[in-house]
Amino acid sequence: MNLLALAWGSLLNRRFAVVLTICTIALSIGLLVLVEQLRAEVRQGFYRSVSGTDLIVGARTAPVQLLLYSVFGIGDATNNISFQTYRELSEVREVAWAVPMALGDSHRGFRVVGTSSVFFDHFQYGNRQPLHLAEGRVFDDLFEVVVGHRVARQLGYSVGDQIVLAHGTGRVSLQQHDDHPFTISGILAPTATPVDQQLFISLAAHQAIHIGWESGMQRPGAGIDADAARERAEELEPQSITSIMLGLTSRAAVFGLQRRINDYRAEALTAVMPGITLQELWRITGLAEQILRVVAGLVVLAGLLGMLTVLLTTLNERRREMAILRANGARPVQIAGLLLFEAGLIAAAGIAAGLLLALGVQFMAAPWLLEHYGVHVGVSLPELGVWQVLGGIWLAGLLIALVPALLAYRRTLADGMQVRS
Amino acid sequence: MSESLLSIEQLSFTWPGTPRPVLDLPEFSLGRGEKLFLYGPSGSGKSTLLALIGGLVRADRGRMVFDGVDLTKLSGPRRDRFRAEQLGVIFQQFNLLPWLDVRANVALPCRFSRARARRAGNIQAAVERLLKGMDLDPDLWMRRADALSVGQQQRVAAARALIGQPALVLADEPTSALDSDRRAQFLDLLFAQVEAADSTLLFVSHDRELAARFDRQLDLSEINQAEVAA
Repeated sequence: MNLLALAWGSLLNRRFAVVLTICTIALSIGLLVLVEQLRAEVRQGFYRSVSGTDLIVGARTAPVQLLLYSVFGIGDATNNISFQTYRELSEVREVAWAVPMALGDSHRGFRVVGTSSVFFDHFQYGNRQPLHLAEGRVFDDLFEVVVGHRVARQLGYSVGDQIVLAHGTGRVSLQQHDDHPFTISGILAPTATPVDQQLFISLAAHQAIHIGWESGMQRPGAGIDADAARERAEELEPQSITSIMLGLTSRAAVFGLQRRINDYRAEALTAVMPGITLQELWRITGLAEQILRVVAGLVVLAGLLGMLTVLLTTLNERRREMAILRANGARPVQIAGLLLFEAGLIAAAGIAAGLLLALGVQFMAAPWLLEHYGVHVGVSLPELGVWQVLGGIWLAGLLIALVPALLAYRRTLADGMQVRS
Repeated sequence: MSESLLSIEQLSFTWPGTPRPVLDLPEFSLGRGEKLFLYGPSGSGKSTLLALIGGLVRADRGRMVFDGVDLTKLSGPRRDRFRAEQLGVIFQQFNLLPWLDVRANVALPCRFSRARARRAGNIQAAVERLLKGMDLDPDLWMRRADALSVGQQQRVAAARALIGQPALVLADEPTSALDSDRRAQFLDLLFAQVEAADSTLLFVSHDRELAARFDRQLDLSEINQAEVAA
């Protein structure tokens, strides 16, 4: 390809401007792809965290809020539900399993969940995968704790270590449950869901460490001795819990049971289907996503206009080059073609670089998102739609380059055989 | 002059957007193998005539027969092809693509015309022969074109104009950027290579000191019937 070699030589000769143009386009494409990728990955991450749960029950509240605080630890519960409700729900015919969740404590920024061993048997995530212990076993003694994969990794814990839980969910907790240290009995295998950032204790333990804390503060001398607590373990039962995860015997029962729970007379409850509630969440975030998309689209447009500016500017500098080519036998169409080829190459390089940039940022931002929002963001190739948009942008780049190409075409016709410098 | 390579009759041309023709040529001819010196003051239509012969612009009327073909009847793409195959062009200056090396610059016309490439045979050998013929040191051949002096660049341009033995070489004031010693030397080399390639030379200049060395000299302002704007 003789002509392409010429175009390449000419591009190399102007590599500084060309590289800058490619960078401009790459940044804009990077932004666009990143917005799309994070959107898709965040949604995927949310879905995989709740995939095995049919209903989530909490005190009457907005469904989105219930889902966010019970599963993702975003925000706090406004109200608790009674333990009696949990007992009644676990006995409903359509309920295959019910996992109680008592929230409110933390350990060095990670949430502590009071639950029962049912959780480890029935909770499912991702593609209906059950939980596995990487090390150790489920809690058995009252003051034993199972920690999530990331908790153990980040804090350097192993089975047998002793830890102290803190009251409240703040990052810096002043009030420690230091009269009841816990021993780590097991560490969960990674799940890429919020489970990785959580610690799990039994409901009885949750109750035991809060004896004497009914007012929200520890009454001096009102706590319970660890051995005394162990003796009373059987009868330690919470008055209230935060929420319940339900798995049903059949999917078909979900709607009926949800209605019945929402109409429950003894207590004001809300039951949500995680998938549908996530849809609701996406409706709320959809506007922000649209705005981000529009902004990213405008930035891409700016990038392409930048390329047009550079091509038009170089057109004047290259008038001589074009006259030389023409005098040596190049047809006007070939000269216009050189410009189109150049634009196509710049746009393609910009798009490729932008794609790499976005994937790189995604890769680096993933741990941060996981830590702060409990959302697992994988680095995956963009969806088909993104590729189509990128293809469209490339074509738009060629279309824009028609302007300088046509100018060059007309100019080579008008210049005659003169070299202007 | 046995036979004419180019003969022009009643040729007229008006630049777009101007009211009167700049060129009105009742008769003009160029013999095969001839070296013609065409002179005339600025505005006498020299560049316009070259653009017409080069097929870059189209005449309003008239005939322009080149080797039996009337160029005025050819379509745009056919004229482009004609130029690529039959013409070698040397400008006043800035002849070369600065980012190509000397050899690639000389081989340039062969990229646009298969006929030129075929006649050149082994292109690299032809390039080297012409560069030697134009007295360019082999050390320069691999350099970027813009690393050469103006005189060297003009000699490279001459080599390029002659690659693949074009029937006609159009030279548009190629010596005006050179001092007088180099001018004479450039002409010697150019003549030798034009003869070696069996080409015809149409040399346009306003510097009449050079005219005596050509087969024939012609004042365009005398044969151009167009009224030149005062």
